[in-house]
Amino acid sequence: MNHLRIRRKAVNFLALSLSLAAMAFGLFWLAWILWMVIDLGVGALSMSLFTEMTPPPGSAGGLKNAIAGSLIMVGLAMAMATPVAILAGIYLAEYGQRTLLGKVTRFINDILLSAPSIVIGLFVYAVYVANVGKFSGMSGAIALALLVIPVVVRTTEDMLALVPNTLREAAYALGAPKWKVIMLVTLRSAKTGVVTGILLALARISGETAPLLFTALSNQFWSVDLSEPMANLPVTIFKFAMSPFQDWQQLAWAGVFLITLGVLLLNIVARVMFRKVEQR
Amino acid sequence: MMPVDQSIQNLTPEISIRDLNFYYGKTLALKNINLDIFKGKVTAFIGPSGCGKSTLLRTINRMYDLYPGQRAEGELLIEGSNILDKGVDTIALRAKVGMVFQKPTPFPMSIYENIAFGVRMHERLSRSRMDDRVEWALTKAALWDEVKDKLNQAGTGLSGGQQQRLCIARGVAVKPSVLLLDEPTSALDPISTMRIEELIHELKSEFTIAIVTHNMQQAARVSDFTAYMYLGELVEFGKTDDVFIKPKDKRTEDYITGRMG
Amino acid sequence: MNQSTEAGTFGPSVAEAAGTPPSALIGRSHARGRFGDALFFNLTRAFAVVTLVLLVGIVASLTWSAWPSITTFGFGFLTSSEWNPPAEQFGALVPMYGTLVTSLIALVIALPISFGIALFLTELSPAWLRRPLGIAIELLAGIPSIVYGIWGLLVFAPIFAEHVQPWIGKTLGQLPVVGGLFSGPALGIGILAAGIILAIMIIPFITSVMRDVFETTPPLLKESVYGLGGTTWEVVWNVVLPHTRVGVIGGVMLGLGRALGETMAVTFVIGNASLLSGVSLFMPGNSITSALANEFAEATPGLYTSALVELGLILFVITFVVLSLSKLLLTSLQRSEGARS
Repeated sequence: MNHLRIRRKAVNFLALSLSLAAMAFGLFWLAWILWMVIDLGVGALSMSLFTEMTPPPGSAGGLKNAIAGSLIMVGLAMAMATPVAILAGIYLAEYGQRTLLGKVTRFINDILLSAPSIVIGLFVYAVYVANVGKFSGMSGAIALALLVIPVVVRTTEDMLALVPNTLREAAYALGAPKWKVIMLVTLRSAKTGVVTGILLALARISGETAPLLFTALSNQFWSVDLSEPMANLPVTIFKFAMSPFQDWQQLAWAGVFLITLGVLLLNIVARVMFRKVEQR
Repeated sequence: MMPVDQSIQNLTPEISIRDLNFYYGKTLALKNINLDIFKGKVTAFIGPSGCGKSTLLRTINRMYDLYPGQRAEGELLIEGSNILDKGVDTIALRAKVGMVFQKPTPFPMSIYENIAFGVRMHERLSRSRMDDRVEWALTKAALWDEVKDKLNQAGTGLSGGQQQRLCIARGVAVKPSVLLLDEPTSALDPISTMRIEELIHELKSEFTIAIVTHNMQQAARVSDFTAYMYLGELVEFGKTDDVFIKPKDKRTEDYITGRMG
Repeated sequence: MNQSTEAGTFGPSVAEAAGTPPSALIGRSHARGRFGDALFFNLTRAFAVVTLVLLVGIVASLTWSAWPSITTFGFGFLTSSEWNPPAEQFGALVPMYGTLVTSLIALVIALPISFGIALFLTELSPAWLRRPLGIAIELLAGIPSIVYGIWGLLVFAPIFAEHVQPWIGKTLGQLPVVGGLFSGPALGIGILAAGIILAIMIIPFITSVMRDVFETTPPLLKESVYGLGGTTWEVVWNVVLPHTRVGVIGGVMLGLGRALGETMAVTFVIGNASLLSGVSLFMPGNSITSALANEFAEATPGLYTSALVELGLILFVITFVVLSLSKLLLTSLQRSEGARS
C-alpha cells in the first residue's frame, strides 16, 4: 500500500517536472530569438536606414524604399480587405448562423485562416501577375489583402456573437430595421473586439514574406508606382540574409528588428484591447 | 359567465388578446390566452418563473420574430388589426408598442444619442425639435435633472437605476401608445426600484402599460389590473384589488399567500 | 382553461374591435427600412460568398496553371525524384519528402513540449503567472516566420553544427536501424534543422489549442478524482486527456497544417538541394514551399512554372485535408461540450 503511494507520487513528480521543463523550453526559445534580434538588430540600427536606399552588394545603405513599399502595400491591403471582411463577418454572425451558406463559409474561412500563405501568392500570380505580364506592388497588396480577410472575418463574427441579445432586442423594440440595429448598435458595441482583429491581421501581414515573393517581387530603387515591382522589407530581408555580404546581412538584421518590434507591439496592443472586451 | 364589473365595461381596450397560443418549436408555452389590456391603465402579469408571462409580453411587440422556431397563433388586436398577421409592419408596430427589459440596455453611445436613436427611426426632426424631444423624454423618465449637464457622455456610465430610466426615456421618446415593461426593476436596488414605480404611476396618464414582475408587492402597488399566469395558462385576471384581496382561483390564492412559487 | 375563457369576456367583443378602420400597422409605411434591410442583407451575403469564391478560385486557377505539367507527367509527377529544369523533367518526390519529413520531425518534437506547456498553464502554474506565460507563448506565435528563418540560418545552424550534431551523431547515430538517419557531415542546415525550427514555430499553435480544450474539462469531474486522493498527473491522464482527446488531436492537426505550409522558416535552413542524397536527416533537402520560394520568380514560363504551380496545388490539397480534419475534430468537441452543458 505504502509502496504504491510512493510510486504514484514519484510518477506525479516526474510528470510535473517534465511539464515545468517544457514550459522552460518554450520560454528559452522565445528569449533566445528575441535576444538575438535585439542584440544584432539594435547594433545595425542607424538613421541611414530611413534615409537611404537599399545598396548594391558591398556598400552601405538603408532600407528607405523597402520600408515605404511595405507600408504602402500593407496599408492598401488593409483598406481593401477590412470592409469586405467585416461585412462577411456580419453575415455569418447576424444572418447566417444556421444557414447552409453560413456554415460552409465559416468552415472554409477557418481553413483559409491557416492555409499556406505561399499558395495565396501563387493564386495571385496565376490570376493577376500572369495576365498583366509583370510583377507589381498592386498584386502584392492583393495577396496580403487575401490573407487579412479570414482573420478579420473570424474575429468580427466572434465579437458580434459576444454582444448580448438583449441589446439587439432593445434596438428592435424601438422599431429599428435590422440593418440599423446591426450597424448602429451591435457593431458599435463590438467595436473594440473588431479593431483587435484588424490589429492582429495587420500584425500578421506585416511580416509575411512568402506571398510577396512572386507578386510584388522586390525593387532595388525607389518606386511608389503600384504597377511596378515594389521594394518591401520581408523580401529584402530574405535576399540580404541569404547573401554572403556582411553589409547586407547587417541590414537584414536591422530590418528583422523593425518588423519584430512592430509586430510584437501590435500583438501586445491587440491583447490589451481584447482584455478590456473580456472584462466587460 | 362572471359578473361583469360596471367600471370595467366603461374602459376601452388598447390590446385585445383572443385565443392566443404560443409555441417554442413544438412546445406549447401559452395556452389559449384571452385578455384585454385597457387604455391608460397598468396591467401587471404575475406568476412563477416559466409561467409564460414574459413570453406573452414579447408576443405583443412580436419580439419572438427574431428567433426561428417561435410562433404565435390566434388574435392579438391593436387598433383593430391582428398584429400576428404576416403582413404586419413590425417596425411600425414597435413604434407603437415600446419595451423596457429586465436589465438596463443602454446603447454604446451618448445619453442624447440613446434617446435620439429611436426617434430617428420614425421621424425626421430638426436639431432643435430633437433637443426638445430628448428633454421631454428624459423629463418624463424623471432623469432630466440628473443628466442635463452630461448629455454627451456615454449612457453606459450611468448607475443601474439611471440606465433603466434612460431606457424608459428611450422608449417614451418614440411616443408609443403602449409600454411593455419586462421585470424592469429585477436588477435594481430598492431605492431605484421605488423611483421606477413612481415613474410608472406618472406615465400611465399618457401610456398604456403592461408590466411583468415576479414581485407581488410591486404588482399590488403599481397596477390597476393583474393577470395571474401558471404553466402557460391565464388563471385569473381582474382588478388588482380583487385579485389580491379575494382571488377566485385556489391557485392564485396559493401563489399570493406564498404557498407556491 | 375554463377560467381563461371567462377572462376573455371582460372586454368588448372581437367584432366590435375589428370594426375600427384599419390602422397603419399593415402596409408599407416603412418601405425604406425594408429596402435598406434587403440591400444590407444581400451586401453582407455577397461578401460572405467572396470567401467561398476565393477557395474555389484558388483550386481552379492553380489547376489551370498546372495543367501543362499535369498532362505531361501524369501520376509520375508524384513518384519521380528528378528535378531538372534544363531538361524539362520534373518530379515532386524530393520536395514532397522534404515537406512531409520536416513536418513529421516538427510534430514529434512539438507534441510533447506543447502538452507539457499546456499542462503547466492549466494545472500547475500559480494563477498570477498564467496570464503572462500564456501571452509569452502566444507572442512566440506572433513572431513572423522570416525572423525564425534568419535566426535559424545565422544563429542556430552554426551552433547546431558545432555542438549538437556531432553529439547526436555519436549517440543516436550509433544505434542500429535508425542510426542512418543521424549520420553524415554536420552542416548545420538541412532537414533536421528545418524540422527543429518548424517545431519551435508550431509549439505555440498546438499549445494554445490544447490549453483551451483542457479548460473545457468540467471542474466537478476533476474534483471527483482529486476527492478520491488522485494526484495531478492522474487527474490529467485519467480525466482531462480522455475528456479532450478529440480536441487535442484537432490541435495537433492544426499544428501539422501550419508546418506543412510554412515557407520562410524552412527555406532559410533546409539547404535547398533538389537531390535526395541518402536517408540522413543531416543532409540538405528541399520542401515544396522552399522550392517555390527559391525558384518560382526566376522560373522560365512554360513547363517549369507549371510544374512549380502543381507543387503548390499538391501542397494546398494536403493542407486542406489536414486542416479540414482538424476543424471537424475541434467542432465535434465543441458540439459534445455544448450538448453536455
